[in-house]
Formats: sequence, C-alpha cells, structure tokens
Amino acid sequence: MRLNQSIVIAAPPKLVWDYITDPANVLHYMSGVTRWEVVGEQRTGLGARYRMLIKVGSAEVGGLIEVVEFTNERDMAWSSVTGVDQRGRWRVRELGPDRTRVELRFAYGVAGSGLVGYLSELVAAPGLGTHMRRSLQQLKRQVENQRLREVAERRRAEREGATA
Amino acid sequence: MADPATLAEESKHNGGGSHGSSSGAHPSGAGQPPLQAAGRLGAGIARAGGRALDAGRSVAGAALGKLVDRAREALTADLDDRDPDYIRENLPLSWLAATLWYRAEVRNMGNVPEDGPVLLVGNHSGGNMAPEVIILPLAFSTFFGVERPFYQLAHNLVLASPVGPFLRRYGTMAASHEHATRALEAGAAVLVFPGGDWEVHRPSWERHKVDLAGRKGWVKLALANDVPIVPVVTVGGQETALFLSRGGWLAKLSGADKYLRLKVIPISIALPWGLNVGDLLGHIPLPAKITIEVLAPIDLREQFGPEPDIDEVYEHVTGIMQDALSGLAAERRFPVIG
Repeated sequence: MRLNQSIVIAAPPKLVWDYITDPANVLHYMSGVTRWEVVGEQRTGLGARYRMLIKVGSAEVGGLIEVVEFTNERDMAWSSVTGVDQRGRWRVRELGPDRTRVELRFAYGVAGSGLVGYLSELVAAPGLGTHMRRSLQQLKRQVENQRLREVAERRRAEREGATA
Repeated sequence: MADPATLAEESKHNGGGSHGSSSGAHPSGAGQPPLQAAGRLGAGIARAGGRALDAGRSVAGAALGKLVDRAREALTADLDDRDPDYIRENLPLSWLAATLWYRAEVRNMGNVPEDGPVLLVGNHSGGNMAPEVIILPLAFSTFFGVERPFYQLAHNLVLASPVGPFLRRYGTMAASHEHATRALEAGAAVLVFPGGDWEVHRPSWERHKVDLAGRKGWVKLALANDVPIVPVVTVGGQETALFLSRGGWLAKLSGADKYLRLKVIPISIALPWGLNVGDLLGHIPLPAKITIEVLAPIDLREQFGPEPDIDEVYEHVTGIMQDALSGLAAERRFPVIG
C-alpha cells in the first residue's frame, strides 16, 4: 500500500530541508511517531540509520530503517532493514521565492502475509493517512514559524544597526 | 512408541488364546465328524474374531500411542520451534484482531528493558480465548521486532490441543521451571501468567481482581536466573463472556484436577454456545475493549536485597499489579464498550 500527501510551505527549500533531515526534529512534527533514535555514528545523510516506531491501530510498528537516497535539498528516501516493510520519501521542490512544495510518500506492508496482509494494509491506510496529513501541517507550521523568527531577527538586527 | 507395541503384542496373545482353545476342542471331538465340523467352524469363527480383535486393538493402540507421542512432543520445549518469519507473516492477522475486534491499547511497552532476558508477569483474563495472548505478543513483536526472542508459557492442555503446533511457532512453551530457565538462559524475554486456569476463569464480577492463586514459582524463577520482572496488567478480558463459576467442584468430582492438572471446569455464558461448560472448544469472545499496561521493571535483588523473601516479593508485585488494574478499571465507563 502506498500513500502520498503534499503541502506548500512559505519558506525556501533549504530551510525545509534542514528541518526534515535533522533527526532531533522528527518527534516534534511527525504525528504518531513515538520513537526516532539515531543508530550508529552517522546522524543524517546517505546510510544514516534510525530506530523508529509509529502508532498504527493497536500497535507501535516500525523497526530499523536506513536512508537509501539523499539528494541535497531535493530527495531523501529510506527503507526498512528490520520490522514491517516500509519505504518512505521526502520530495522537496521549489515553487518560487519562499514557496516550497513538500511531498511525503510512504509505502508499507508485510511480505508473505497474503490476503490478510492486504486487508490489514487497507484498514491501516486511513489512520496512516491522517498521521501523514497532520505531520505535513505541523511541519508547515513549525518551518513557517522558524522562517518568521529568522525574518524578525534580521529586521531587528537591521533596526539595531540603523540606530547605532 | 512402547505403549502401542505392547498393546499390539497383548492383542496378538489374546487372539492366539482363542485359537488354542479351538485346537483343544479337536481331540475331544475325534470320531464325531459332525461335531468335528462344528468344532472346525467354531475354531474358524474364533480365529476370524481374534484377528478382527487383534486389528481393532492394534489400531486403537497405535492411535492412542500416536496421541500420547503427540502430547509428549507438545510438552517438550525446543527454543528452535519459535519461527520469527512465521510470526512476522502473521502480524497482520493479530493486528487486525487487536485493532478491529478488541480496540486494544498497549501502554508503556518501552518499560521492558531494551535487551537481555526478562520475565514478564501478567494477570490472565478471558477464559480459553484470552485476548492478551494475542495482543501482548503482537505488541512485543512490533515494538522490539520479531528478531528479539520472546516465549510464552502455557498450560499443557493448550499445547496438546490442535492449536498447539501453531502456538509453538509463536514461541509458546509448556509451562515449567526448566523450560522457562532454558529460554531465559538464552537471553529471551519470557511471559508467564501465574494465575493460569484459576485466574483466567474467575467470575466476571471479579474481573478487576488480580488473583495469582498464591503461585510463587515465577519469583523463584526470576531469582534463580537473576532477571528483572516486568509486571503486565490487562483489563477488559473478563468482559468477553459472562463467566459464572470456575467450577472447581466439577474438576474435583471428575478427577480432571488429578489427571489433567485442571483445577477448574469453568461455567460461563458465551457465544455461540449459550451455557458453556468447560470452554474446551473455546467461544466467540465479545469485542470488549482491552487495555494493557506494562509496568516499570523490578530488579528483585536491587529492591529486596541479596536474598529476597519470596512471600514479600509476591505481595509487593501483586500489590502494584492490583493498583494498576484498579486504575485501569476506574477509567472504564461501561462493560465491553470500555
């Protein structure tokens, strides 16, 4: 089963990219995610590994995942190493000045689980879709707030520079 | 295999006996042809009867022997019987049952230590269709991954039943100190419901009571292997049917307590049977909301000193389990609905 959600954020791609690729931020904006821990020395980038869990129905589901694609300020994809099969992708695309389209793709399932597995994927889809939508909304709010803080900081610095 | 062979041997001798007696009739009937013929006919019938009896006894003996062998095999504990791939492929089924039927909620699974051997001690509810038996292994396997070995101790009869082979692949073992020790020594997590059949069939009006029946083997097990205990409390299981009585008197009267280690023959009102005596065929559980809370781990020697008192530990752990269960019960507004 593959799910797809997107949102437009009023911020430049770099700001969005820096925010989503920093593992310290994940628990702040990813809805339903109860664990996101760095495994090993590498915190981010191609080959970084995380132990993650997301609440789906009655269970916290997840496992060890690894970043398998990392194109700066454009694409980051991950794939599961252990646990339930999953592949995810962030796509970050510039729409114009201070406008960025962010897309989150998520595919999941259990290989070999047959018809029951497919049924469970169908049942899980609405809940996961809600988590993804909330995650993007929270990401938008937090990144735009950060953008506003940065702009305000710059204006304050300019004012202080002018009065000095 | 000795049992069916012995039975078959005995049945052969019995058949031979009937043949011998007919042979013995022959000399006494010498010189009396009609009687001789009758004797031969009688001997033939006796031989045929003997052979039929032989065959019948052999079949019965072999069948009984197979059953005994199967039961014996079911009660052994080979850690290799647990099949992580099988568990993984069946996670969706357990997840569907837990999510859609029981609306299950599992809290604080992170209280289980990240690695190493640990003994999970739970209260047991819901008769022979106990919901936590599905939900807890699911929660453990999705949280820690099927790669982390996890075994559950169960009553001998459960493993000797037709579902036994499936349960063994999930890591279910016949409950014994030896089996649990073997799993803990291998670094596994082990789940035990000390109250067993006594607690799981308690009447519905005692649904918010932890009743481990004074069984303290789990304390000795944790101390002998020096592993932490993680208490686990479940609420809602005793609302999946109307449990009326454990039927302890029925177990004594029938001898089931002596021969099958069954202290109870429960009586309940359950789907689809109506009045359900014994619950041997299980029942369709009502879709009661199940909430499970995993409590903080307890290092017995750290908390009770180098030589902990078994009774004190038992009272302490059952006490905190009862407090947690009362807390979960207080959150419920309606039976079944939760």
